[in-house]
Amino acid sequence: MHAFEYAAPASVADAAAALANEDAKVLAGGQTLLPTMKQRLAAPSVLVDLRKIDGLSGISREGDALVIGAMTRHADVAASKVVQDAIPGLAALAALIGDPAVRHRGTIGGSLANNDPAADYPAAALALGATIVTNKREIAAGDFFKGLFETALEDGEIITKVKFPLPEKSAYEKFRNPASRYAMVGVFVAKTKAGVRVAVTGAGSSGVFRHAAMEAALAGNFSPAAIAGVKTDASGLLSDLHGDADYRAHLVGVMARRAVEAAA
Amino acid sequence: MSATGLGASVKRKEDIRFITGKGRYVDDINRPGQAHAYFLRSPHAHATIDKIDASAALASPGVAAVFTGQDIADDKLGGLICGWMIHSKDGSPMKAGAHPVLAQGKVRYVGDHVAVVIADTLSQARDAAEKIVVDYGVLPAVADPAKAVGGPNIHDAAPDNTVYNWHLGDKAATDAAFASAAHVTKLDLVNNRLIPNPMEPRAAVGDYDSGTDTITLYTTSQNPHVARLVLSAFIGLAPEHKFRVIAPDVGGGFGSKIFIYAEETVCAWAARKIDRPVKWTSDRTEAFLSDAHGRDHVTHAEVALDAAGKVTGLRVHTIANMGAYLSTFASSVPTYLYATLLSGQYNIPAIYAEVDAVYTTTAPVDAYRGAGRPEASFVVERLIEMAARETGRDPAEFRRQNFITQFPHQTPVIMAYDIGNFAGALDKALEHADYKGLPARKAASAAKGKLRGAGFSAFIEACGIAPSAAVGSLGAGVGLWESAEVRVNPIGTVEILTGSHSHGQSHETTFAQLVSERLGISIDNVSIVHGDTDKVQMGMGTYGSRSGAVGMSAISKALDKIEAKAKKVAGHVLEAAESDIEFKDGKFTVKGTDKAIDFASVALQAYVAHKFNGQELEPGLKESAFWDPTNFTFPAGVHICEVEIDPDTGIVTVERYTAVDDFGKLINPMVVHGQVHGGIAQGIGQALMEGAKYDEDGQLVTASYMDYTMPRADSLPSFTVDTIETACPSNPLGIKGCGEAGAIASPPAVINAITDALGHEDIAMPATPVAVWRAAQKRPRLAAE
Ligand SMILES: Cc1cc2nc3c(=O)[nH]c(=O)nc-3n(C[C@H](O)[C@H](O)[C@H](O)COP(=O)(O)OP(=O)(O)OC[C@H]3O[C@@H](n4cnc5c(N)ncnc54)[C@H](O)[C@@H]3O)c2cc1C
Repeated sequence: MHAFEYAAPASVADAAAALANEDAKVLAGGQTLLPTMKQRLAAPSVLVDLRKIDGLSGISREGDALVIGAMTRHADVAASKVVQDAIPGLAALAALIGDPAVRHRGTIGGSLANNDPAADYPAAALALGATIVTNKREIAAGDFFKGLFETALEDGEIITKVKFPLPEKSAYEKFRNPASRYAMVGVFVAKTKAGVRVAVTGAGSSGVFRHAAMEAALAGNFSPAAIAGVKTDASGLLSDLHGDADYRAHLVGVMARRAVEAAA
Repeated sequence: MSATGLGASVKRKEDIRFITGKGRYVDDINRPGQAHAYFLRSPHAHATIDKIDASAALASPGVAAVFTGQDIADDKLGGLICGWMIHSKDGSPMKAGAHPVLAQGKVRYVGDHVAVVIADTLSQARDAAEKIVVDYGVLPAVADPAKAVGGPNIHDAAPDNTVYNWHLGDKAATDAAFASAAHVTKLDLVNNRLIPNPMEPRAAVGDYDSGTDTITLYTTSQNPHVARLVLSAFIGLAPEHKFRVIAPDVGGGFGSKIFIYAEETVCAWAARKIDRPVKWTSDRTEAFLSDAHGRDHVTHAEVALDAAGKVTGLRVHTIANMGAYLSTFASSVPTYLYATLLSGQYNIPAIYAEVDAVYTTTAPVDAYRGAGRPEASFVVERLIEMAARETGRDPAEFRRQNFITQFPHQTPVIMAYDIGNFAGALDKALEHADYKGLPARKAASAAKGKLRGAGFSAFIEACGIAPSAAVGSLGAGVGLWESAEVRVNPIGTVEILTGSHSHGQSHETTFAQLVSERLGISIDNVSIVHGDTDKVQMGMGTYGSRSGAVGMSAISKALDKIEAKAKKVAGHVLEAAESDIEFKDGKFTVKGTDKAIDFASVALQAYVAHKFNGQELEPGLKESAFWDPTNFTFPAGVHICEVEIDPDTGIVTVERYTAVDDFGKLINPMVVHGQVHGGIAQGIGQALMEGAKYDEDGQLVTASYMDYTMPRADSLPSFTVDTIETACPSNPLGIKGCGEAGAIASPPAVINAITDALGHEDIAMPATPVAVWRAAQKRPRLAAE
């Protein structure tokens, strides 16, 4: 690890000010950032730790939405009665992230900001039509994810919370990478007032994506049978040691059917 | 049986220390004024080193020294050695390329050692290493052993990258058996390359005392005396009396800590060079890149049967990957530890094996839990299972038909099995596994759209290595005896000094149980001293499941001497003839009287010596012994694995796993079960998950846990583990060894179960989800579909 400065501001405004330093970076749970720094793949000049800022973590129901603070840890989402009642698929998703140590440190804000193509939360955010709230604006999930490790966040912009509109039905099915246990294929299906949405993580070579053909097929008939014949184009999918694009394309179908079955 | 004697499942004495974080590992050791070493490693699989410019690194803050291969050469330090000479078919000695401690002129795998930077802190050393400029002339790489011959030449000393073309057995007799066979089963297989991954990575601290001109090396070693011997006698670091090697608590080895590596050599050497302690602890990436890997065979094998189903012959051709350099025992693994086990548990009249060992531009490959024997059992047990299936025979009964039933049994491949009861293990395993219920369970799985199958592995291995004369005649550079010293203190407590080394084997408990049994004292009054060349004079260390059969036999022999001496003392004290003294349950009694003295009192008398007069009896109670075995030991057993496959995803679930093993007499059944559990977990890891992969450029693709899949607790079912017992006749304790059996037995059991479920044989290890999914597409249609 290279040397760096450490700041623990008490407010979002102070954090934003600290982030004005060149190469400053937000530190949330550190579960992605710190390993990258240890491998010397990242060398921020200042780490701006959000932990001391009040009000950045917590879970609440606000009308038709579930609101989760950016610093809320995966373990808290998984264990939350509020989440389990409102969006059980989301609680289940959080319980599938990493291992207990990771879940007790890693945060939803960190996961979304990082936008790892194999991360789980992006699938939920996209399928549920979440709104990512920052210190500057509100960004619709559909506009937020911009490819591998890329998001709509500008330099120094801080995610403060995420708003999930409550779906009628939803579920997440994850095929874990055998080694890392990140998503090799994760499919989040949601039947919402705005229609059926199917988001796929782990598989796409430019990150999380919506599966239009499945959404269309499920719109009229929300059942596994409706998508049994829907094919997934392998051309935009990742190939690696653990599975080529054809296998991933096949798994998208299997996970989607299982998710619909679990949700229905 | 006493509560802490032989055969009792005594809880491990060492666990309290380990689970409360009080273990003392090499990384816990810090010496005053210590500096930290960082190794600059090759980013290329194969390249010439045209120039190294370390000037900026030397000027970097905190840097004490930068050394390259040139400095090692200038100091006339020898290269790392391979201690087992193998001769090719044509009688020529193996062709070993030089293995410099730090690269000289060329690098040969990603992770090879180019330079070492020593600085006040590790971070400074790392910063400085980034400033070293190396001009490489990149050369083509070759990682696949099957492509090594004809590939880019790696060592001048080994034309065509061939280390040896070795063979064993009677070719003519084997060919004749095949010529007259009623059926021949053929198999091409790969024994996948594994990365050992002990929980504790390797580490070393070199410490030099300029006053006495003595080097102390703390190192993560399974055999500190062998390390000292090699570093002293071959590498020329320091003479043995000026060189102490300490292997304190060591957190797992699985073979990878047997070998003598560049890093500890450099730490010890550099400590003297800069007159400052030098420390290095491997990080996980370095462990993936530079710990000696295991397995990596490409094999074609055939078995011949007569019309009645009797196995008449077996022939095998294996290409064994040695990696870029010959590691310490690398040459012995695919030869005498492999081909000598190709008879399995079967009466096979003719066997012929050819092994070509090749260099590739990959990390060195050497012994890894089982070392050669897992590779042999995979060949034999896959072939036998397939032969049964191809000829329509039940795999269990086909095995039984061919089992060796008369002992001793001389195989055609050197080994002479001393004792066993193969059918006994099979019967018990069939019962535990509810083999009769398999068809019903298969039907139940099929009804859920799943595929179920069961696979056998009737493994045998040779451990308790090894008779020194025998291994010497086969090319070993050292004898494989073990030493023990028993020191009885005046208050009757006992210290056992052993040349064995515990790094997960539970010696502090099991060795103490032997003493408790023999001397009738509590295990709390026994301590086991190991891992320090200043305390234990000499030893051969722990690997090859040898610490019980060989290490404890040495202790037993020393205890015989203690008992004899103690009887003399007791005789003196009780004023009776030595021949009238009986020793039982920790008490010496005069035959036919009630005159008695306990062990602790005898110990005290031995040291106060008030009742000895002059030269008649020596004071003290301390004895030592060396035990050299007369044969290998032959643990064997039958494992049955049952899997269920989800054909939609390719995920394989191990549903049941049954192991019935014959380890001879058990010292501590709980410890034995633990060893078996760990071994099975590693074997299931090999079969389903683990596999080191290098790409075309020789880059290690699986260099972290993000890509290298380890077995986890939740990937495994509860195992059913049981034993049968035929006492080993070649050692006083009747024990055979259990440390590697699980890893030797399980891979073929798992793959045989998968192929049973699939209905065809076309699946390689590791049977990952994608591979199984593809294989499941190819399966013959089920009747129900
Ligand atoms: C062993 C292991 C296994 C894992 N397995 C999984 C898995 O199965 N599925 C999965 O989805 N993830 C997995 N992860 C990743 C984990 O979920 C991380 O916690 C997450 O990706 C990052 O969250 P964090 O809070 O740790 O963020 P950090 O590591 O602290 O930060 C990550 C990045 O986000 C930025 N950032 C953090 N918070 C904010 C914010 N509020 N606003 C703006 N930018 C911010 C940081 O500057 C940094 O660039 C795993 C991690 C590990 C170590």
